[in-house]
Amino acid sequence: MSFFGLDCVRKKERELERKIRANDREYNLSFKYATNAIKTSKYNFFTFLPLNLFEQFQRIANAYFLFLLVLQVIPQISSLSWFTTVVPLILVLTVTAAKDATDDINRHRSDNRVNNRKVQVLIDRKLRSEKWMNVQVGDIIKLENNQFVTADLLLLSSSEPLNLVYIETAELDGETNLKVRQALPVTGDLGDDIEKLADFNGETVNTHAHTQFFHIDRLMNVLVIFIFGFLAFMCSVLAIGNYIWEKNEGSQFTVFLPRLEDDPAFSSFLTFWSYVIILNTVVPISLYVSVEIIRLGNSFYIDWDRKMYYAHNDTPAEARTTTLNEELGQIKYVFSDKTGTLTQNIMIFNKCTINGKCYGDVYDYTGQRLEINEYTDTVDFSFNPLADSRFVFHDHSLVEAVKLENTEVHAFFRLLALCHTVMAEEKKEGELFYQAQSPDEGALVTAARNFGFVFRSRTPDSISIVEMGKQCNYELLAILDFNNVRKRMSVIVRSPEGKLSLYCKGADTIIYERLHQSCSKLMDVTTEHLNEFAGDGLRTLALAYKDLDEEYFNQWIQRHHEANTALEDREDKLDQLYEEIEKDLLLLGATAIEDKLQDGVPQTIEQLSKADIKIWVLTGDKQETAENIGYSCNLLREEMNDVFIISGNSLEDVQQELRNARTSMKPDAAENSEFLPEMDKGVKVVTDEVVNGEYGLVINGHSLAYALEHSLELEFLRTACMCKAVICCRVTPLQKAQVVELVKKYKKAVTLAIGDGANDVSMIKAAHIGVGISGQEGMQAVLSSDYSFAQFRFLQRLLLVHGRWSYLRMCKFLRYFFYKNFTFTFVHFWFAFFCGFSAQTVYDEWFITLYNLMYTALPVLGMSLFDQDVNDVWSFQHPQLYVPGQLNLYFSKKSFFKCALHSCYSSLVLFFIPYAAMYDTVRDDGKDIADYQSFALLTQTCLLFAVSIQLGFEMSYWTAVNTIFVLGSLVMYFAVTFTMYSNGMFTILPSAFPFIGTARNSLNQPNVWLTIFLTSILCVLPVITNRFLMIQLCPTINDKVMFKVRQAKATPAPPTQRARIRRTSSRRSGYAFSHAQGYGDLVTSGRFLRRPALTRSSGFTHVGRTTTSFSPMGRSAGYSPTGRPQNNKVPNVEVTSLQMYRTITDSAP
Amino acid sequence: MVKQESESANRPDNTAFTQQRLPAWQPILSAGIVIPGFVLIGLAFIGIGVALFVTSKSIQELEFDYTGYSNESPCSSCAQSVVANCKCSLNFTLTTLLQGPVFFYYGLSNYFQNYRRYGASKDDNQLYGDLSYFTSPSSSCSPYDYDSSKKPIVPCGSIANSMFNDTFTLTWTVNGKTNNVSLDGKGIAWWTDYNVKYRNPNVTPLKNAFNGTVKPINWAKPAYELDASDPSNNGFVNQDFLVWMRRAALPNFRKLYRRIDASGDYKNGLPAGNYTVDITYNYPVRAFNGVKKIVFSNVSWMGGRNEFLGIAYLVIGSLCVVMSVVMLIVYAKFKFPDEE
Repeated sequence: MSFFGLDCVRKKERELERKIRANDREYNLSFKYATNAIKTSKYNFFTFLPLNLFEQFQRIANAYFLFLLVLQVIPQISSLSWFTTVVPLILVLTVTAAKDATDDINRHRSDNRVNNRKVQVLIDRKLRSEKWMNVQVGDIIKLENNQFVTADLLLLSSSEPLNLVYIETAELDGETNLKVRQALPVTGDLGDDIEKLADFNGETVNTHAHTQFFHIDRLMNVLVIFIFGFLAFMCSVLAIGNYIWEKNEGSQFTVFLPRLEDDPAFSSFLTFWSYVIILNTVVPISLYVSVEIIRLGNSFYIDWDRKMYYAHNDTPAEARTTTLNEELGQIKYVFSDKTGTLTQNIMIFNKCTINGKCYGDVYDYTGQRLEINEYTDTVDFSFNPLADSRFVFHDHSLVEAVKLENTEVHAFFRLLALCHTVMAEEKKEGELFYQAQSPDEGALVTAARNFGFVFRSRTPDSISIVEMGKQCNYELLAILDFNNVRKRMSVIVRSPEGKLSLYCKGADTIIYERLHQSCSKLMDVTTEHLNEFAGDGLRTLALAYKDLDEEYFNQWIQRHHEANTALEDREDKLDQLYEEIEKDLLLLGATAIEDKLQDGVPQTIEQLSKADIKIWVLTGDKQETAENIGYSCNLLREEMNDVFIISGNSLEDVQQELRNARTSMKPDAAENSEFLPEMDKGVKVVTDEVVNGEYGLVINGHSLAYALEHSLELEFLRTACMCKAVICCRVTPLQKAQVVELVKKYKKAVTLAIGDGANDVSMIKAAHIGVGISGQEGMQAVLSSDYSFAQFRFLQRLLLVHGRWSYLRMCKFLRYFFYKNFTFTFVHFWFAFFCGFSAQTVYDEWFITLYNLMYTALPVLGMSLFDQDVNDVWSFQHPQLYVPGQLNLYFSKKSFFKCALHSCYSSLVLFFIPYAAMYDTVRDDGKDIADYQSFALLTQTCLLFAVSIQLGFEMSYWTAVNTIFVLGSLVMYFAVTFTMYSNGMFTILPSAFPFIGTARNSLNQPNVWLTIFLTSILCVLPVITNRFLMIQLCPTINDKVMFKVRQAKATPAPPTQRARIRRTSSRRSGYAFSHAQGYGDLVTSGRFLRRPALTRSSGFTHVGRTTTSFSPMGRSAGYSPTGRPQNNKVPNVEVTSLQMYRTITDSAP
Repeated sequence: MVKQESESANRPDNTAFTQQRLPAWQPILSAGIVIPGFVLIGLAFIGIGVALFVTSKSIQELEFDYTGYSNESPCSSCAQSVVANCKCSLNFTLTTLLQGPVFFYYGLSNYFQNYRRYGASKDDNQLYGDLSYFTSPSSSCSPYDYDSSKKPIVPCGSIANSMFNDTFTLTWTVNGKTNNVSLDGKGIAWWTDYNVKYRNPNVTPLKNAFNGTVKPINWAKPAYELDASDPSNNGFVNQDFLVWMRRAALPNFRKLYRRIDASGDYKNGLPAGNYTVDITYNYPVRAFNGVKKIVFSNVSWMGGRNEFLGIAYLVIGSLCVVMSVVMLIVYAKFKFPDEE
């Protein structure tokens, strides 16, 4: 294979045309196209420090601390030593820088891996091994089988017949089936010595940066602004206080403390800034670092979770973003892809009905139908050396029927082996590989293969199959291809005996219309079976055949040729011809194919819907398929009051359908004109409307296009949001993103999109959280996702366990963090009224420095990393526990204000109890204890005890680690305090450790400890009382479940596996497999047959050659030999276009 | 086996930590814990409160304001004059014995020793006896770092400069006989202040260390002459100086002036009788509406007299008991959870 590479070039200016000469580097270089190297890293060794620091100081909190530092060097203002700010700031900067550095090193590594992949490039007429990063625009590249491609390429020629290549675009669109690309004939003949110039209009795509916003982060930003406002308020109050004090008292106190400046106004101005420094702890700088650590930890839990590890392909779950964990606990809308996400994209030939007999079920000796599971006995296909060992079938009677040479059964499988557009590849004798356009076709041909009708190869005008060990060559006279209107395909073949037959497979309703009257009885039986299949969620196809009269056929094929070459109305004429010949068919039976759901999908969807998460399936599939899957995965239920289908073809139709749906759900709903979305800070928000009953909505791609138009989008959103489940079918990747954007725009809710292919990338990027299904070939979805795991069912664990816990932990953390810092700070505020508003700190400066870093950091981190209200099993058993997250109940502005009030109370206790207890008192030896240093020590010890005990009440999951952290921090506090206040430290630096001896002199006093005890208890008593009364009076769901856990005292039995939901429903049948025109044109076209198929077939089938003569197998009920042997060659069907078009019309049933 | 291992190379470790299964104690606020807990805490608090209250009540304390705002006050004339060492006397009668050990405090009100710039106005290195800080005091002492003639002030700063300089003597009149009550000024400061934090430079005689420096502006005598009677009680380790330098947390404070020497007649404390405190009135507080007091008090295991703690414990203990009853009623009435 030879290609020449075209780089993905970022469009810098409008380019109308791009000229590239293949294999002419100098010429191409003159355009200065970008290189092929991929660069996602941000820094290099030298730019890291300046760039990173610059970025970090763009953060408002960091910048604020820099500003504080500047304030602190001004002696008139400096109320705190510089180290109280510098130490935390440096710590914050270091931790963040370390994290950024690791991230960037990882990016460098992955860039290198991609850039250094090798490829053969034609340079100076020689093939050289080059790295992909060195490939340049216009290079000619030789690719071999199974190589990765990291550039845009144009196919020049291929070693395969017909100059075809099969490419997998899983990394781009997630579709794992192979796509055919064919070289232009003019380049196809060139081989390896190309010196032709090619003009090419390149197209470039700029991918948009993944912009996310985080709920809690946004709230935090609001809060930080509020906190700044509050800080300014407090400082102003104190500055005014200072003004009054200076004017009334300070001015008279000059005997002992001369004024530096006489003007009280100036003094109060300085005081304002001094208090900005002292009260800085209300601004949460270390909060950001802790938040990062907590998010990182919770991300690791996701990576480490064995219950989200898929052993089948050794894929663990991966948190690719570490910043979104708590959002996982607030998801309201899940947008899911279907193929590869809900389903495995594996089609299984599950059942069939042949001539009125149903095969596929297993019965025990009493005639009781058995549930098929992995232990059920499977059919042994060893009699057939060409069988596909992966094919599994359980019903032995079918293989018996084949062995007994049942004519109808043989005809049935012969049809399956002949009527399709699959390509076969046989690399080694007996090892067949099928390249099917859709997995359904592959499944049918594989089934035929295992039952002894092996499709081996095809040429444009023949199909060779091995029938029960005998090689047969069928002459392929015509393919009446599939399309969406016809919903069927037929082949006309001449058997080795010369018999002319038409084989047809298609949607049952379509086939039934074309059956011969004699089949009516068989039709009834088959219909019954079809209903049964549909009830199991299987996709059905009816099979029929017809023997053709030679004369009639000759005449027909003549007309067919004419129609095919007609310039006008070609399609119509062909359709008429097809219609004419596809009638009076004889029914053979029907197949039932299972679009295999991934494990646990129905249970997961049930769980998620119990958690009040709305699931929207956005799929490219046809409506029937999508609906079918919707039922089989429990998204749509028979119990639902109604499932609305929107498939209008005009704006008015869609609008009417949406309105009708809404009125039937909620007759008294306001008209759209009256229904104005609420304005919430300039953003329109559509509120949820409550309806009685459960409804489903299915909307088609073209209807969706109208529904997404500006005039209808609100209408659509309202109706859709009233429904429990929404399925959008035939949607384009762009529409997927639009739907997500629509919900994001008008709903104040967190959205999650899950998908596996590149067609889901847009949606994954549009949603707040993107989840990719990993472990499959496609990587694009995973690469743009925030979380990835191998199975859809892990989503419930990600949301209901990890998400919920992360949210809970983050909220607890934030609440407690604000509490402890506000309490810490407010004490200064109260003290100000007793120290002349002089910006005197209450605590020792070392305590101020270390409070957040050492004394309280680990306990709260421990809580935020380990806390869980109830364990995972209980979380699953009570999915309603998820609801508070969606409603943002654990941390909101309201709870923030509650925190502030609580802090206010605590700080009052923490200041005034020691104040009153120490007022005019002395030690038990009469010496001083009401001095400033002892008072500072007392207050800070009280504070530390109070916040530690408060933490204990916040924590609902005390592990040994938590205990160590909490007690360790207290021990550490005393150790550090005694060290700082020791003789040794003072002797080294007298001015830095002025608190010498304070700890010894005051902590041996009983009244000091009694004060500490009193404040600690007094701080938590109201909290406990309040909480206890709340639990009794209006318990939350968490309280209830925790109480249940307490009563159960053991983990509950896992929820009983819900038996497979069987439903009796109208059948959803149809040729629902493919969206595209079949390959019929391609396989019948001889035009591209550069190398005769014979040369290839010689390479693989000796068996076939020895059995060239075909002996009819016994009774041939299906094949009444009416025609005589036919020798005249049928002209090839003319093929004008290789292009496969996506049908855009789809008629609703 | 090896193959299997490599096949599941990515399988996460099965540890209690990674799987978030760490054994844990999960307490919940159930009625069975909270209500008895409240009763217990309430009873304990009431117990502590009673003990504290009784103890506090048993402490005897005498407090006299001698600022001299009102004209009846013995020191009103001194308060109005600007003469140094103005003398005035204050009489009081003890009807019963003031149980020893008895401590003699002076108290100041509306005095902001906790003012930030006041508190910072000292030089810890200088006070630690570092001679290099004698010649160049820290700028934090400003404006009391250098005098008008640019000579360094030692000890520098506002705190030292504003040292309390009223002095008191106590006489006991019994049966018409006047006895001087012996006051003990040793060991009235913290041990750590006396031995570690404050040090005189290692220079003998001490006076030489202060060469080239001047005394604080408000001081009558230089630091090395604070106590003429006891040479070792001079310089930075003078007990009165140490007591003053330990600045108070609150604007109203009292500081230990002397102990009543527990010997002779005063073995058990101050006996009943008439007492006179002779005051050398120097310290000006009227400018800022300050109040000067003298206090005689004994102590208990819980320190000086402070009724607040006892009352607080009693009140909160009673509240706990009341709350436990309220909770019990609520619990009995609502009894969570009825069912799901």
